[in-house]
Amino acid sequence: MKIIVPIKQVPETGAVKMDETTGTMIREGVEAIINPLDLYGIELAIRLREQFGGEVVTISMGPPKAEKALREAIAMGCDRGILLSDRAFAGADTWATAYALSQAIRKEGQFDLIICGERATDGDTGQVGPAIASFLDLPVASYVSKFDGCDAKAVRVHRLVEDGYEVLEVGLPAVLTVVKEVSDPRLPTLRGKQKARKAEIPVMTHEAIDADPECLGLKGSPTRVVKIHRPKVARQCTKVVAADEAAVAKAVDGLIKMLESKDLI
Amino acid sequence: MSYEGVWILAEQRHGRVQTISHELLTRGIDLAAKRKVSLTALLIGSDVKAADLQELIDRGADRVVVVEDQGLEHFLPEAYARVMQAMIAKYRPEIIIAGATSLGRTLMPYVAVKCHAGLTADCTVLDIEPETGNLLQTRPAIGGNILATIKTPEARPQMATVRPKSTRPAPKQSGRKGEIVRESADASMLASRVRMLDFVKNEDEVSISDAQRVVAGGRGFKTSEKFKQVYELADALQAAVGASRDAVDRAWITYPHQVGLSGKTVTPDLYLAVGISGAIQHLAGMQTAETIIAINNDPDAQIFSVADYGIVGDLNEVVPALTEKLKARK
Repeated sequence: MKIIVPIKQVPETGAVKMDETTGTMIREGVEAIINPLDLYGIELAIRLREQFGGEVVTISMGPPKAEKALREAIAMGCDRGILLSDRAFAGADTWATAYALSQAIRKEGQFDLIICGERATDGDTGQVGPAIASFLDLPVASYVSKFDGCDAKAVRVHRLVEDGYEVLEVGLPAVLTVVKEVSDPRLPTLRGKQKARKAEIPVMTHEAIDADPECLGLKGSPTRVVKIHRPKVARQCTKVVAADEAAVAKAVDGLIKMLESKDLI
Repeated sequence: MSYEGVWILAEQRHGRVQTISHELLTRGIDLAAKRKVSLTALLIGSDVKAADLQELIDRGADRVVVVEDQGLEHFLPEAYARVMQAMIAKYRPEIIIAGATSLGRTLMPYVAVKCHAGLTADCTVLDIEPETGNLLQTRPAIGGNILATIKTPEARPQMATVRPKSTRPAPKQSGRKGEIVRESADASMLASRVRMLDFVKNEDEVSISDAQRVVAGGRGFKTSEKFKQVYELADALQAAVGASRDAVDRAWITYPHQVGLSGKTVTPDLYLAVGISGAIQHLAGMQTAETIIAINNDPDAQIFSVADYGIVGDLNEVVPALTEKLKARK
């Protein structure tokens, strides 16, 4: 089985701090990591290779430093990494990102599966996975929570929806976007880390993937960001300290009164 | 021919139109009025109840375009995308909005690629730019830390998904007039490499996204045994049970209960957060709740910044006392 895993390097959002005066993100000291949901995709891909043989190729579009994310993926067990890096890719929205990734995937020739994290924690759109499927004209199963077997022609997966889950059979080749329930990502081994350090990561430009420059980066992006602003959090919190039994009783009474006054109970 | 009209993508499951469709009508009515155009609801499915189609009109659609076929009973991305593309080619709507649901978030990007359309995910505010008539799409990004306003200056249609529960359903006006147009899908459109083998419904109580009240627990409970207090409190409040990512990662509760960026977004009337510090990822999933109450032993916990009422104290004392008092009221 040949599996392609597109990944994204994102800032560790748990550590994101906002500059209260300028309303911008403080990037200094914020670590760049593999998008957490992509780790579940990497793990699933590695497990399938361990079971059925084949190869796992991870691919990322980003600045040169995104190479680190690819090395981390190789340390976990991916066989190869490919970096798409070119000024022409800068400013891409989900449409142009998916276009560039799908062009690079075409260059890989035959494959069975593309496995993506359901969304990235920075952009949080969840659009790139299904968009890659659309560019490559492949079937897609999103929100995959369980891999339930496969044969030469199809995979069986569970797809999480609002009121339960669907059991789907998806013809190969196909795109899966996965949620955290699908796997339990392993930590890199020492041997994996050594392999990752030595791995050669080819860098592909727009020429290397035969991309139409009109469809790349900001130029190829149908959407434009017109404004960034800070959300207002306009709540006045009535804070009550409940340090001992009497204070707990008083705080609870106050809470119940407040719920009553708002007709919430 | 130019593009004109506002469309919403109505959703059906098991032959019934879903509430998200009525929420989208609220958005659509506003946009269509500002743009001075008509509002159309597109519905793809099979054997959808006739009364549900009329209800889309009662709630504000001027026209309902229905594409029904046995092969469209379940959401199969390729078939739905071909149908939607055919409808876009025929009617050329200027704006299409869909729910940011498991369906909308899959179908819309698939279609946007084929139409080379601009698509913005998970919007919370939609408006029309007065000077240009462009759709202005505002969405939270970077864990809800910023709001970005996005537009699609040239490409058409302009497409957006809207976060469920981010607006109320449009009210019903009985006897409202509108047109129901039936379109058909030919066999080539229905071909699908995805096959639905089965659907397994959650046996869980109410889905937290639909609940009017949510009691959520986090790391502060320390053990799965103690976490059970969340259920008791929720029971006393007749609320659904939610959780932070920490609680889910510790396997105290399952993933469908997770509130936040990598879980569900909720907009209940009441959200009670217990032992949750309030990481921005969590806040992004609940800060639009009507009333927020926080119980935490750390007076500086981030959760208090979005709360209306906060109790600083040991949850092992506060929660049982609160549960007992609530029960005694009945």
